[in-house]
Amino acid sequence: MARVVVDVMLKPEILDPQGQAIVRKLPQLGHTAVTSVRQGKRFELELDGPADEAALDEIRKIAETLLTNTVIETFELRVL
Amino acid sequence: MDAARVGVITFPGSLDDRDAARAVRLAGAEPVALWHADNDLQGVDAVVLPGGFSYGDYLRAGAIARFAPLMGELVAAADAGLPVLGICNGFQVLCESHLLPGALLPNAGLHFVCRDQRLRIDDAETPWTSDYSEGQEIVVPIKNRDGRFVADAATLNELEESGRIVARYLDLNPNGSVNDIAGIRNEAGNVVGLMPHPEHAVESLTGPSTDGLGFFTSIVKRLVAA
Repeated sequence: MARVVVDVMLKPEILDPQGQAIVRKLPQLGHTAVTSVRQGKRFELELDGPADEAALDEIRKIAETLLTNTVIETFELRVL
Repeated sequence: MDAARVGVITFPGSLDDRDAARAVRLAGAEPVALWHADNDLQGVDAVVLPGGFSYGDYLRAGAIARFAPLMGELVAAADAGLPVLGICNGFQVLCESHLLPGALLPNAGLHFVCRDQRLRIDDAETPWTSDYSEGQEIVVPIKNRDGRFVADAATLNELEESGRIVARYLDLNPNGSVNDIAGIRNEAGNVVGLMPHPEHAVESLTGPSTDGLGFFTSIVKRLVAA
């Protein structure tokens, strides 16, 4: 049974106020090296069979139609 | 003459379907309750997608509602010219369905915003805004978490150049929406999305004004004239 990860991130030009709220907190915790945080989403999809090209194509379709809104987000696939 | 029939779609998690139906009735049309899981628009003359949190807004606001069985019918009908108004969550569903460009993201301030909002109607030629005059200022409630309209520079430029901004926020931008955009329309003009809630401003007893009624009287006049 294969597991495929889909990482979803807002496009770089889209404001991410959640990431900004996180990065603003870091200096108060003593962390001064981080200048920017962007928050994304991670989906883990379990497959019946192997993560072959056909399965990955299908997951790509799922990622494009449901998991991301391609107007504002990008995604990357990887097999665990 | 039969009254115009305006459908209001209820999704799991819709909140404002009853207020939208009431606004339709007050404007002189017959509201028709439509269910997201049906495949039939019941021959309505126009459709309102109401506010709320369809499917809990899981994944993204409107992302799952977009794939409701009735939405397939609605997208085809809207492409063929059916007047459609999406309010708040309905606007989010229309963007996710690609009936409208751009997307709606969490408010820049990360807070849920609920207040009476002054707007300016910038396009009074859509079937949903013809009872207003261009530049008219109105006050209706706004209440959302994901109201920040975004679009890429080319899309935004096209919306501005072709006069497709239907309404803008005045005084204070409640959510960080680009260019103070509160509502837009599609190229043909029959599909309009609006973040604030005109259906909550149709009676002086419960609303801050009756300024919202114009969206509903506009469509009724358009349908009667058709």
